Amino acid sequence: MLDAILVMSGLALFLGSLLGYASIRFHVQGNALVEKIDAILPQTQCAQCGFPGCRPYAEAIAEGRAEINQCPPGGEANIHKLADLLGVEFKSLNAKHGAEKPKSVAFIDENTCIGCTLCIQACPVDAISGAPKHMHTILSQECTGCELCIEPCPVDCISMVPVAVTVSNWKWKAPSYLQEAG
Amino acid sequence: MRKLFHFNGGVHPPQHKVESVKDPIRKPPLPEKLVIPLHQHIGTAAKVAVMVGERVLKGQKIGEATGNVSSAIHAPTSGKVLEIGNFPVAHPSGLSELCVTIAPDGMDEAAPFSPVDPFSMDPAEIRKILRDSGVVGLGGAVFPSAIKLNPGREKQVRTLVLNGAECEPYITCDDLLMRERADEIVKGAQIMRHLLHAEEVIVGIEDNKPEAIAAMKQAAGDEIEVVAVPTLYPGGGAKQLIRVLTGIEVPAGERSTDLGVQCFNVATAYTVYRAIACGEPVTSRIVTVTGNVKNPGNYEALIGTPMDFLIGLSEPLEGSRGALMGGPMMGFDLPSVSVPVVKATNCIIVKSEKLFPAPPTPMPCIRCGRCAASCPADLQPQELYWFAKAGNFGKAQEYSLFDCIECGCCSYVCPSHIPLVQFYRYAKSEIWAQEREKKSSDIARVRHEFRIERTEREKREKAERLAQKAAQTRAQIKAEENS
Repeated sequence: MLDAILVMSGLALFLGSLLGYASIRFHVQGNALVEKIDAILPQTQCAQCGFPGCRPYAEAIAEGRAEINQCPPGGEANIHKLADLLGVEFKSLNAKHGAEKPKSVAFIDENTCIGCTLCIQACPVDAISGAPKHMHTILSQECTGCELCIEPCPVDCISMVPVAVTVSNWKWKAPSYLQEAG
Repeated sequence: MRKLFHFNGGVHPPQHKVESVKDPIRKPPLPEKLVIPLHQHIGTAAKVAVMVGERVLKGQKIGEATGNVSSAIHAPTSGKVLEIGNFPVAHPSGLSELCVTIAPDGMDEAAPFSPVDPFSMDPAEIRKILRDSGVVGLGGAVFPSAIKLNPGREKQVRTLVLNGAECEPYITCDDLLMRERADEIVKGAQIMRHLLHAEEVIVGIEDNKPEAIAAMKQAAGDEIEVVAVPTLYPGGGAKQLIRVLTGIEVPAGERSTDLGVQCFNVATAYTVYRAIACGEPVTSRIVTVTGNVKNPGNYEALIGTPMDFLIGLSEPLEGSRGALMGGPMMGFDLPSVSVPVVKATNCIIVKSEKLFPAPPTPMPCIRCGRCAASCPADLQPQELYWFAKAGNFGKAQEYSLFDCIECGCCSYVCPSHIPLVQFYRYAKSEIWAQEREKKSSDIARVRHEFRIERTEREKREKAERLAQKAAQTRAQIKAEENS
């Protein structure tokens, strides 16, 4: 009887301390699933999904508060990846949140700009440079094409310009007979 | 006698090589205008080093190599810089890139060349000369040779392979170069060997080029081994040739360098010799002009020569429509024949309905597996095709899409005439685009997080300032009340 109690409590102590050690040694910082989802999202920070940025949307997906098909900039390709990651069915993009568009960057017509800084405040990635009453300009390398700067502009001097195709970013098309066949 | 090995698969397409080897290498006259693209190699484009209106000499640097992977660009003849701007280049897209346009003055006056003795110099110096002489791989990949000629600190390159296989139909530029300039190729190989500290040098030539083999054997002497390899497309692929000559199979995702083998095209060895021992940068290359022309042959064309100028010299026949750059297996349709010859232009094939009939309409895949049997990279082309067609690129990547060398054997044998390679090129460029997007989205994430942190910090600081001010005012009022 005593032997059994000793053996069992000894085992419990040993295994317990092993588990305790493992939880400290192999501790995962933050929420791993949110990180993985966030890595798939395009980081446009456009809020078209209904959340104030890509990370909040990733958190919402992880907690089951949002569907995986609410991100127009990511498009179908990203929905496929999310479906793969989460082990759920693929769903086509929810049109309520917008449509997939070719990647564009914002362009400020510098003759019209009055230097009000409203767009600078709206830009989620600090891709607009300028100062009050001085002309603003877009850092097109950093612009994600979220379109959040267009709304606040009081003089409508911001337009979206599709990213030009060059030899280095040109893509081979899918064989044409596929498209002809529909 | 060296024991030769095999690679799996391969095909025997009709050769069409005899047409263009009747004449020795021809020297074309000077064209009216040379358009020289600044991005003719893998890596960063060269930076313009001349101004409009400036007179340049043959061999003068007009583009400076910038960044780690880059190569310089030179004026092919003396003349005046007419224009620096975007012009259509030899690329399947037909898009434009930055080019320097030179109007030759006919004097062909050369900048003073400064030959050096490679065997008494620091190898790093020689590599710098090669980079500044615009020496790149002339087999088609145009990778800067200086980088490949650096053995690194630990890695030992045991074997230097010179690729004279020239397996693709129609192309004969390396064949003629080996026939006529074998000595210079061998001397170039010796410089390369010296740089790499290689123990052995093997030249692999397909046995359909007996004249080239004889010429190379005579030039090579005892130190360099010239080996005739069986004619089987794509025996001239670097990995395939290494396999045949050494038996080494380069694993997926690794380079032959890691296994002690480095491979260069024979024409690259020739330019290495010219650059080091003659001090002459790369300003021309041998180009095969063949197909539907009266007078097919090889030209030693200046870089920047308009392709239609060379085609004109070979007199295109009736029924010509468009041209290919490269061979019929791996080359691409030129959107325009007026684009300039670049360092990658080994062959221009004028097309006609008879030589290149429109491909039959593709039929569904019948899963016969012939593509897999013909694949020299040991892939499953049918699987890659399914995944690429379905847009499932991640899966295609898992099935080693990037080990595909786009040789075209699978498309060649496909009984349903499915343009398989087109699917792989499409899938690859989609994956590259996704990777570019991934990179920029990572930057956007960091910038967004920084912005959130900054706005919060500003808010906090403002609140602190206000609280401080409020406390001050309160203290002031209290003091006033008390007094």
